[in-house]
Amino acid sequence: MARVPIVRVGPVLISTLLSGLLDQEVLQLQEELMDSIEQSGARGVLLDISTVETVDTFLGRLLADIAAGARLMGAHTVVVGLQPAVAVTLVEMGLEFKAVHVALNAEKGWALLRRLLAP
Amino acid sequence: MTTADQIVPIDGEEGIVSARQLARDVARTLGFGTVDQSRIATAVSELARNVVHYATEGRGEVRIRQFTVDGGGAGIEVVVADAGPGIADVDEVLQRGFTSGAGLGMGLPATRRLMDEMEIDTALGRGTTITVRKWRR
Repeated sequence: MARVPIVRVGPVLISTLLSGLLDQEVLQLQEELMDSIEQSGARGVLLDISTVETVDTFLGRLLADIAAGARLMGAHTVVVGLQPAVAVTLVEMGLEFKAVHVALNAEKGWALLRRLLAP
Repeated sequence: MTTADQIVPIDGEEGIVSARQLARDVARTLGFGTVDQSRIATAVSELARNVVHYATEGRGEVRIRQFTVDGGGAGIEVVVADAGPGIADVDEVLQRGFTSGAGLGMGLPATRRLMDEMEIDTALGRGTTITVRKWRR
């Protein structure tokens, strides 16, 4: 498996999710991100979902769980690139990502992480 | 009048991805906009996942078809069927947060909110068939 690579850039871990991920692959990403934070001491996580066409309650919940777990390990998570149709669908389902940092795109997400990580 | 059904067998998580992708493709072909495509694909993803989590051996099938009615109006109809244990209390599973297993208890309430119509035909020991429809505006 391991279809979702994790790249480290300074204090930040970056992952790009693709459409068509299986539940098990997302669960594996969650586990690997937590391990990576522990091993690297990363203080930020950037999750790019700009190519993900469908975010259902499972993936939505997992993204929130990843952010919550990372926070408990001292890292901030920013989810970037929600497609407009995905955003509308999430709100209608009642998944509003209230506890998750979001940004329009990777560039803005990176800027947000820099502010969150500023001393 | 309906067009020919397109069928995706569900037998594991791959079926969830295949079913929602087909639903999106059919919705796009029928002229649904991107937001409706997302609503439909997401609803199908929820229903297919229920089959994987709750049906006997996680098996079932998803049928997708266009429907049209006399006097105008058309849309997409998705029928998700399994021969699993059935649902004991339908009102209960439509409440947010209720779950009898590994799920989040959000799937069916979310599906109902995303689609225009939802019918649940279930009986203990006989299985569950859920039909959802979205009208093209």
